[in-house]
Amino acid sequence: MRFALSAEQVQFGAALHDFLAAGRLDLAEIGVTALAVPERFGGLAADPVDLVVAFEELGHHAVAGPLVESVVVVPTLLADVGGDRWLPDLATGKTTASVVFPPHVPYAHEAELYFLLDGETLRTADPVKELASVDLERRLVEVVGGTALGTTTRAGRAFDLGVLACAAQLLGLGRAMLEMTTAHARHRTQFGRPIGGFQAVKHQLADVLIGLELARPLVHGAAVTLTSLDVSAAKVAAGDAAYRAARTALQVHGAIGYTAEHDLARWLTKTRALVGAWGGPSTHRDRVLEAL
Amino acid sequence: MDLDLDDATLEFRDEVRAWLAEHVRRLSSMDTEAGFAAHREWERELADARLSVVSWPEEFGGRGASLLRWVVFEEEYHAAGAPGRVSQNGIFLLAPTLFAHGTPEQRARLLPAMARADEVWAQAWSEPEAGSDLAAIRSHAVRTDGGWLLRGQKTWSSRAAFADKGFGLFRTDRDAPRHRGLTYLLFDLRADGVTVRPIAQLDGEPGFAEIFLDDVFVPDADVLGEVGDGWRVAMSTASSERGLSLRSPGRFTAAAGRLVDLWRTSPDRALRDRVVDAWIGAQAYRLHTFGTVTRLAEGGALGPESSVTKVFWSELDVALHETALDLLGPRGELEGEWLDGYLFSLAGPIYAGTNEIQRDVIAERLLGLPRGDR
Repeated sequence: MRFALSAEQVQFGAALHDFLAAGRLDLAEIGVTALAVPERFGGLAADPVDLVVAFEELGHHAVAGPLVESVVVVPTLLADVGGDRWLPDLATGKTTASVVFPPHVPYAHEAELYFLLDGETLRTADPVKELASVDLERRLVEVVGGTALGTTTRAGRAFDLGVLACAAQLLGLGRAMLEMTTAHARHRTQFGRPIGGFQAVKHQLADVLIGLELARPLVHGAAVTLTSLDVSAAKVAAGDAAYRAARTALQVHGAIGYTAEHDLARWLTKTRALVGAWGGPSTHRDRVLEAL
Repeated sequence: MDLDLDDATLEFRDEVRAWLAEHVRRLSSMDTEAGFAAHREWERELADARLSVVSWPEEFGGRGASLLRWVVFEEEYHAAGAPGRVSQNGIFLLAPTLFAHGTPEQRARLLPAMARADEVWAQAWSEPEAGSDLAAIRSHAVRTDGGWLLRGQKTWSSRAAFADKGFGLFRTDRDAPRHRGLTYLLFDLRADGVTVRPIAQLDGEPGFAEIFLDDVFVPDADVLGEVGDGWRVAMSTASSERGLSLRSPGRFTAAAGRLVDLWRTSPDRALRDRVVDAWIGAQAYRLHTFGTVTRLAEGGALGPESSVTKVFWSELDVALHETALDLLGPRGELEGEWLDGYLFSLAGPIYAGTNEIQRDVIAERLLGLPRGDR
């Protein structure tokens, strides 16, 4: 048993961090878009642990777009239905795709291609109506199903991988908010001293760290086992931890954190959106109980 | 990254499981005289099977088991509902300190007797005026021929009512700064000048005691580490207490499994979230421990992050048992395993450094926030 990231995975995470920190968004360049695409379609067929490493960093940098859908779920669904038509372009980042996955994913994130899972039938889909999300960068659409592409046996796996990627993204969002809030608490002075010296502030931030540190092993463990039980447990814990990070971040920043101009808004609203995306806390707690 | 156990570890797990299935029985509370004796007898049975201290070297009664095998042992131990460890203070707190700072003579003399519970140890950290602020210790030791004379008072001393020996910090230099001038000393609870006054805990049993020390002689052989270096020596024990050794994940995964079973017998919709969260929390702590085991096996150290796990497991333990009592409704107040577990859990956020102190440690040492007024 070795329950730790490999040196290559640590390196990949660090490289992706540097890449995103430099403001680069061409995810194909660093291999992210090819991760979940099978090798025969030009992808990397990466281990789910690699996906988790990537998504924690994507969350860390609050990268917008149909990431879970385009990078993870659609490539998994298309692997046995219609792969040759779209997967090479998804792998190279030439196109993006999104999917409606009833009942837990009723809307699609805006993308170039849309799909709809209709029972076990995978269909193409068309956008019919735009919806506004709490996250201003998250553009959602309602779709209607189109041509049936065939039956897929991979719906369960695609859903679980989507949930897992979403959980990892939440972890990264939470970690970023802890970092920015800790920095703020060190520098913001009131009553003649940094507010980070007050126990009322310190203890809230300590609780944020505890939540994130104990959620990460669940996310990594679920990437190893990929059981619905472990994936759902990871989503619940990562969602709770990230949400606690968001609430604490806002409270410690005070009024400045409540403004749209402050960066925190991007992380805060993404967190709120992703807590409910790919199955909310109640859905996943039910799945945990069912599996036990 | 994997969670697979190797064949030898699986074989070890099967042996432990089979032994426990044959031997485990329910004992009365270790905080009564008869229960204490029964727990001491249980420790001897464990020792005869070389299962009392599996991670210790063979020469002291262990098996030289890796940390991973120790975690596996603990999972089996708690899953089997095996008795609490009356020797816990010795084997989990004092022993790691003896391995790190003891002399070969001390190890040879003390560890085998500890492994068989021939000598049961009580901790003697807190004093009436030194709780969270442990460095405020006033009990002191005065130099005498061949050793030291202890004077002062210790309190909240777990197991001291029936134990044989004690370990703790004593001020040996009253002029030194408060974290210096402390020395880690081992003493005999039956020695002249020792008065032990048992204190009944919430459950009515004397799980801890006050210890009054009136010129109690401690030979030089029972100084652990260097004179004046006691704070550093003791802190090396503290992270074991907070982190891995005192609270193995097996304790929580076993209790969480029982909680889910209890929920199935009376599935109260309103308590669903808490049941699931207790299970998830136990699983999180288990996996986090596997991560720590991996890190330590690869040469890492257990540092201030033990404060993270201490807060987590102690709050998980309370939440888990509160949920069980709430599921039991009016039967929750009645004597039984869940009530015992609940009362035991309530102490967790207080001992081994209160959770307030741990959160300060996390904020200052892990997040780099400024030290402020407490």
